[in-house]
Amino acid sequence: MRTLLLLLLLMSPALMSPALAVQPDERLADPALETRARTLSRELRCVVCQNESIDESNAPLARDLRILLRQRLTAGDSDAQASAFLVARYGDFVLLRPPLRADTWLLWFGPFAVLLLGAGITVFALRRRAPASAAPLSAEEQARLDRLMREDAP
Amino acid sequence: MRRLIFLLPLLLFAALAGYFAFALISGRDPRELPSALLDKPAPDFDLPSLLPLGLTEGQRLSLAGLKGQVVVLNVFASWCAPCRVEHPLLLRLARQDKVHLVGIAYKDRPEDSRRFLAELGNPYRATGIDRDGRTGIDFGLYGVPETYVIDRQGHIRKRFVGPLSATLIDRELLPLLRQLERP
Repeated sequence: MRTLLLLLLLMSPALMSPALAVQPDERLADPALETRARTLSRELRCVVCQNESIDESNAPLARDLRILLRQRLTAGDSDAQASAFLVARYGDFVLLRPPLRADTWLLWFGPFAVLLLGAGITVFALRRRAPASAAPLSAEEQARLDRLMREDAP
Repeated sequence: MRRLIFLLPLLLFAALAGYFAFALISGRDPRELPSALLDKPAPDFDLPSLLPLGLTEGQRLSLAGLKGQVVVLNVFASWCAPCRVEHPLLLRLARQDKVHLVGIAYKDRPEDSRRFLAELGNPYRATGIDRDGRTGIDFGLYGVPETYVIDRQGHIRKRFVGPLSATLIDRELLPLLRQLERP
C-alpha cells in the first residue's frame, strides 16, 4: 500500500499537465479542429517571450495569434497555409523547428560537422602518440639477452 | 614553428573575448527581430481614425490613402511606457514639415489614446485605431512602440523596434527619409 502511494507520488509530476495558457473561450467547438490548432500552435514561437510556443505563452500577442490561427483553420486553411500566414508576417523565426533549406544547412548539420572534426582530430592525435612498434632485436642483443636469462636461472 | 602551436589556445581565447566584447559594447539587442516584410509591400490596412485629431469624421487611415508619399508610421498605445519616453522625439520629428508622421493606436481604447495625445501633444497627421491588434499582426508587430518607414511605392524600408532615440533618428531615420524623398 505504502509502496503504491509512493509510486503515485513519484509519478505525479508526469501526470500533472503544465498550466494552460489556452483560455476556455479560445477553444473551438470542433474537437478535431481544436486538436489541429493545439498541435500547430506548439510549433509556433511566441515572438514576445521568444522561448515559448504560443500554446504555452500567456503574452497577449500569443493569445491573439492563437485566436487568429483558429480562425484561419476554421476558415478552411490547411496546417501549412496557416503557419505560412504567420511566417509571412513574422519570418521563419516563428517556427520553433527551423525549415531545412540551403541556407539553414549550417544550422542543421553544423553540430555534426564539428563532432566529426573533433573525432578526426582525436583519432589523428591518438595515432601520432602511439609508440612506434619496437624494432626487432639484433643478433648481438638477442645473444646478450639469452646470456642474462641463463645467469638468472637457478 | 612547433612552439607557436601552444599560442593557438590563447589566440582562440582572444578572438572569442573580442567577439563577446564587441557584442556587449555594440548595444545590439539579440531579441530584436528583423522585419519579415523589409523591402516588401506594406500590409494593406484601412482603420477608423481617431477623432477629433486631424481627420474629419468618417475618414479613415488606410495604406491606399498614404500612397505616393514617404510615411513614418508609429505604432503606440496609451498603456505603453516606452511610448511616453519616445513621445517628445516624435513631437520634434513632426515639426520638420517634410516628415509625414502617422500613428496607429495598438489595442488601445480610443478614449485612452485621445487622452494620451491630449496630455503629451499630438505629433501625428492622422491616427488609426487598431482595436483588435490585427493590423499590428499584419505588420509583424511584437511590441509597442514600433516605427516603420514606408516609401512612395508603399514598401516597408525600415522597422525600428522599441522607442526611437535621438541618435537613431539622426543617424538612421532622417538620412533614410532624405534618401527616399529624393525624386
